[in-house]
Amino acid sequence: MKNIIQNINKAFDHRIRLGIMSVLMVNESADFSTLKELLGVTDGNLASHTKALESENYIVVEKQFIGKKPNTSYKATPEGRKAFRDHIEALEKLIQKS
Amino acid sequence: MFFKVLYMNTQDYLQDIKEIKDLMNKSTQFISLSGLSGVLAGIYALVGAGYVYYLIENHTENYITLESSTFKLILLTAMIVLLASLFTSYVLTVKKAKKMGEEVWNASSKRLLINFFIPLITGGIFAILLLRNGYYGLVAPITLIFYGLACVNASKYTLRDVRYLGITEVILGLMAVEFSGYGLYFWVIGFGICHIIYGSVMYFKYDRK
Repeated sequence: MKNIIQNINKAFDHRIRLGIMSVLMVNESADFSTLKELLGVTDGNLASHTKALESENYIVVEKQFIGKKPNTSYKATPEGRKAFRDHIEALEKLIQKS
Repeated sequence: MFFKVLYMNTQDYLQDIKEIKDLMNKSTQFISLSGLSGVLAGIYALVGAGYVYYLIENHTENYITLESSTFKLILLTAMIVLLASLFTSYVLTVKKAKKMGEEVWNASSKRLLINFFIPLITGGIFAILLLRNGYYGLVAPITLIFYGLACVNASKYTLRDVRYLGITEVILGLMAVEFSGYGLYFWVIGFGICHIIYGSVMYFKYDRK
């Protein structure tokens, strides 16, 4: 039981952070507005959660200009992918147990 | 008390997992496409083209007719190259998907395949109709153009590089119309060399991570 709880990742203990990671697991990259649309959150809310994931080294931010517009996109790091997979496995085990 | 907490968590986690699934399906590109399979498909195409070249060189009559054994062997070679390429891509992609923790048969891979095969099958049928009506010279350009369009169409649902491969194939196909009689060489460039180049780029960009 203890082992399973250990793998439940605190960084993903929030709907939006979990959502960001889910999208980045299956896409090469996703930009800010796409994430916003998919998750249905406000700018400020999304920014704070991406920052949290970034500081864990689970995602990387890429800023560039498309024409004159600044564009921010995100990518999952290999570390982030692994952490996410472990988290899902832990969730599955927890559900099976009960 | 403890059990109550655990029960509530379980409900939450089930909800989490459902949301994860939905988001993945909604947002997806299929990114497990294997670059290495492109390289191998290119090599099969080169080997196939080499054999076809040998067949043509050793063909004793002036024209290659639809009934001749040479033509049947050429067709058989093309089919074998196509099937071997598809099989290799499938096996390597499954392997890569496992490594990346992506489902092989998900909404995005289905979208990818459907959008890839619509132009491809159209082109295939078109090529067969052209052959039946005696327009042999157009078969090489048509197959290149439709394969290219299939790649461009599918690229929305997978790695970006597939788009550039598609555009390259379309350009080659259009050029092949002007240089009729050199169809085999354009096939070698389009299906052989282009696959090896784009496949290696994708391999070093994505597979090795």
